[in-house]
This record gives sequence, structure tokens and C-alpha cells, in this order.
Amino acid sequence: MKIALCIKQVPDTTDIRWTENNTIQREGVESIINPYDVYATELALDIKSEISNVHITVFTMGPLQAENMLRKVLALGCDDAVLISDKKFSGSDTYATGLTISRAIRTELPDFDLIICGQFAVDGDTAQTGPNIANFLDIPQVTYVKTFEELKGNELYLTREVEDGLERVKVTLPALVCVLQKDIEPHRATIGGVMNAAKKEIKKCCISDLALTPEKTGIKGSPTYVSKAFRNVSHHNAEKFNLSTDDSVKLLKEKLETLGVLKDA
Amino acid sequence: MPNAENSGILIYAQLTREKYIHTVFYELLDKAKELAKKLGGVDVCAVIFTTPGLIDEYKESFKNKGVNKVYYFEDERLKDYSTEYYSKLMVDLVGVIKPEILLIGATNQGRDLAPRVSSALHTGLTADCTGLDINEKGQLAATRPTFGGQLMATILCKTYPQMATVRPNVFKIDQSGNFYETEFISCPVNIEGMKKHVELLEFKKTVDSVINDLDSAEVIVTGGKGLKNEQGFELLRRFANSIGATVGATRGAVEMGLAPSCIQVGQTGKTVHPKVYIACGVSGAIQHTVGMEGSDYIIAINSDENAPIFEIADCGIVGDVFEILPHFIKK
Repeated sequence: MKIALCIKQVPDTTDIRWTENNTIQREGVESIINPYDVYATELALDIKSEISNVHITVFTMGPLQAENMLRKVLALGCDDAVLISDKKFSGSDTYATGLTISRAIRTELPDFDLIICGQFAVDGDTAQTGPNIANFLDIPQVTYVKTFEELKGNELYLTREVEDGLERVKVTLPALVCVLQKDIEPHRATIGGVMNAAKKEIKKCCISDLALTPEKTGIKGSPTYVSKAFRNVSHHNAEKFNLSTDDSVKLLKEKLETLGVLKDA
Repeated sequence: MPNAENSGILIYAQLTREKYIHTVFYELLDKAKELAKKLGGVDVCAVIFTTPGLIDEYKESFKNKGVNKVYYFEDERLKDYSTEYYSKLMVDLVGVIKPEILLIGATNQGRDLAPRVSSALHTGLTADCTGLDINEKGQLAATRPTFGGQLMATILCKTYPQMATVRPNVFKIDQSGNFYETEFISCPVNIEGMKKHVELLEFKKTVDSVINDLDSAEVIVTGGKGLKNEQGFELLRRFANSIGATVGATRGAVEMGLAPSCIQVGQTGKTVHPKVYIACGVSGAIQHTVGMEGSDYIIAINSDENAPIFEIADCGIVGDVFEILPHFIKK
């Protein structure tokens, strides 16, 4: 079974700093693997540990520095990696990103059985790239996947978590799944895995490798564009009180009374 | 860039599992009417997927709501949501009626459907918008939080239809006098020969209703990781009970198993805007605050005086919830 695992490097959104002009300071912000892609990786490794002859190829689209993230994932037990990187890809929206990644999968792993993505990326939080890839490759998709149950022939049994409950679904491969969450013990890298990963060659794909033109990807190939970006300024007061417990209780009581929450004091 | 070929706004009328029209449809509808007016009075239309014989029941639901046309697909095979069937038919419909804007609720289903439809139509999609407007050029200006809610971006689309998804509870329903006739148009269900690759085998309900008390609550008390354990959460429940509030939880608390995911507030949970929001032991991670920042008044209680929640609280109390909350519990 051939798995294409799609992951993304994102800025650590818990560590965002602002410049004086209210723009995001990108220098010096740490990059992490998108947390939902960690779940996607766990699912791929789960399948690999339960089924024989599973081969996982990791795909990422981003700057050359993303190679470090790919090596970390290889150390966990993924087999090889493809870095989709070209200056002409920059500024891609989800449509152009989906198209570019789908081309890379078609070029590098044309006989894939399963594509695994994270449900969201925490920087953009659009949840669109996975379904876009599935559309461009004309394969079915299953989103909000929580657990992998079993593989019977070319049918994959999964549980997905939606607003009102859990759905058990069956999907015929080849297919794409987006992973929401996994509640299992994470796989850890072994020393052998890390040494192995360091030796592996990472395949790089640029625009000409994917038979794409600059009109089809990057800013030009993106139907959407940001017309303005601004800081989300809170309209709340940010008044902070550091009091004794008794005074805190008194303050809370007063506030709740003023707000009409506590009726009889 | 007004486009003579594209006109009108199309909204997806999602059905809940119980086969009611999801409230997010009505929220989008009222926003769409406002946008339609700015576009010079274009049509506001809905599309619904149902099984034979049921459309008459929905006719009542669309009555006097200000929908010009309802396009409906009726077929036994459309009973359960299917990404493959629904997206195929939606693409067919858009090809015929050419709306300039297509709006879809950002529910799990909507977020599964919308990107599939947008990429098949080779158009742009802006997810999880918190604001929709028409700019001076007549384009849809879709504003959404990004970078975990710290940055707001207004996004425009070069292609048609301009697509956007909006989460439930972001726009308010504001029904005001619309008493015109709605036209119902049956659409051909061209899915013959299509193989359905995804099959729903079983559904286990874990939430009583998609619409729960948090949606309409005036006072919400939310617990975070700072409540530490089940006893902490029980204290929170009793506190909420004593002051007549509804209980919510952060993702952290849900992941610790202290609360069910249906009461999770935040980016991957619910968006709420009560009159009073009381965050107890909540650090204030961005992914949580995006779901509650619209509350009228926010009170935060946390023993860590550097917790980010204090930056957005109207009244921040640095203190121990385990010492403060018991004073409010009615014996």
C-alpha cells in the first residue's frame, strides 16, 4: 500500500509578535509542524504498523528550510520525502496549493492508494487544501477522521467525528482522508530512525518538474487575494485586579450584580 | 468588476441529521439580503438536497423569509449527505444559474462540501468569514481571522462565483418583513452511472442536538485546564448552576476528558456571544478566544497573572478559582 502523507510547516501561532506597524513579525518566529499534520502522521504510521508492505512518502510544499521537518518525520518511520519548493509557488492560495500538491503526487507517486492530510493548518485554518487535492486527483475524500479501523481489500474503514456524533464510514481506495484528532500514544523517533533519516535523499520538485506554468500556481494562479490585513484589536477593557481572595469574591459579586447575573445579593 | 453573466446570491440550505434546515442557513440568508441590496437588488436563492415528497414540508420553512428562488434536488440517493453526489449537483447548478456569490455554512458538512465545489469550479473560497460586505467595485469582501485569530484579513476573489463559508452563530438572524412569493424550481439529478465511493455504515449520536444551550445562553461559564481534574469541573458546574449559567469548556479541558467536545468553545468548537462570559482557569489561547471574543462582557479568573486571557477580559481577577467559586455556590 502506498501512502502520500501531506504535511505543512507553520509559524508557531502561540508565539506571534507584532511590529510597531501592527504587522506580524515573521523573523525569528519559530516554525513547527502543523499540529493536525502530527495527527495525520500518526495515522499513517498506525496503518504502517498494522499492515504489511506499507510505504509512506511525505510531501510538503514550502521553503527549503522545511527539509528539517521532513527529516524529523522520516525519523519516525516514513520512507521517503518530497519537498515541493519554488519561488514561483509563493503566494499560492488554497486552490493553487491544492493544484500544485496534486501535481506533485501525480508525478512522484502516481500509483498511490491513500493520501493523508491534517484537517486544518493552524496558520490559515481553512481546511480546504485536502479536499482541493482530492478534487484535482478525482478521488473520494473523507474529512474529520478520528480513527483508522481496518483495511479489507481496497476498502478502508474509518471513524469520523462530526458535530453531533461519530460516523463509521467505508471508503474505496484510492482516496484522501483529513485527520482531525488521534487519541493514542505518539510514535517516537528512535536513534536508528534519526540516523537513517539523516542519510536519506529528499526529492525536490520545482515548477518545471510538475509541468506547471507560473499562471497556474503562486499569486497568479490563485483566485483569491488578500486586499488588506489588520490587527484584531479587542474591544474589551483589559482591567486586571490582583486582590486578596475575600476582595476578589466581593469584586466578582459586585460585577455579577451590576450585570444582572446575580439578582439577590 | 461587475459581470453581466453572473448575478444573484446562492445559499446552501443544509439539512441537519434530523432533516431540519440548519439555523446557519437563516443567518446567511439575512446577510445575503443585505449584500443583494448593495448589489442593486439581485436575487437571493437557496439550494436544497432532499428525498422525494419532502419538498412541500420545506416550502413552509422558506415562506416569508425573503428567498426569491429555491432550487431543489429530490432523489432517494440524496437522503444522506454525500460529498460526491452533492458537489457534483452543486457544480451542475452553478453552471446553469451562474450566481456571483455562493455562501455555505461552515459546519462540518459545509467545510467538506465547499472546497470540493470551489476547486471543481476553479474559483476561490474564503473559509470561516466573520464579516461579508460588498466593496466599491461590487466585489464580495470577505473578512476572516487568520494566524490563530490575531490577524484579520479581507479577501477578494478574481473568479465567479465568489465563495465563502461562515460558521454558525457568527451572523445574527434579523428577520424583517419579507412577504414576497418564493419560486420553487426542481433540478435534474444527474448522478446516473456515478459510483459512490464513500458509504456511511453507522452513526453513533454523542450530542443531543447540534444546536445546544450554548447557542442561546446569556451567561456562559467556561472551564479550562486550570480546573485540573473532574472535581474542579464539578465545582464549575455547581457555580454555573448557582448563577444560572450554561457551561462551556476549552479544547484543553476537553482533551483532558473533563468535558464533552460538544460544549467546546473556540476555533474547532463553538462560536458564542453571550451577554456575560466567565472564563475560569482558562489561559486564553487564541484558538479559544476567537470563539468567545464577541461576548458583551468578559470576566476571567486565573491564578497566573500573565495569562493572555487578561488581555481580552473586561474584568480580570488574578486568583484561585478553587478559593473564589465556592463562595457563590448555593448550599
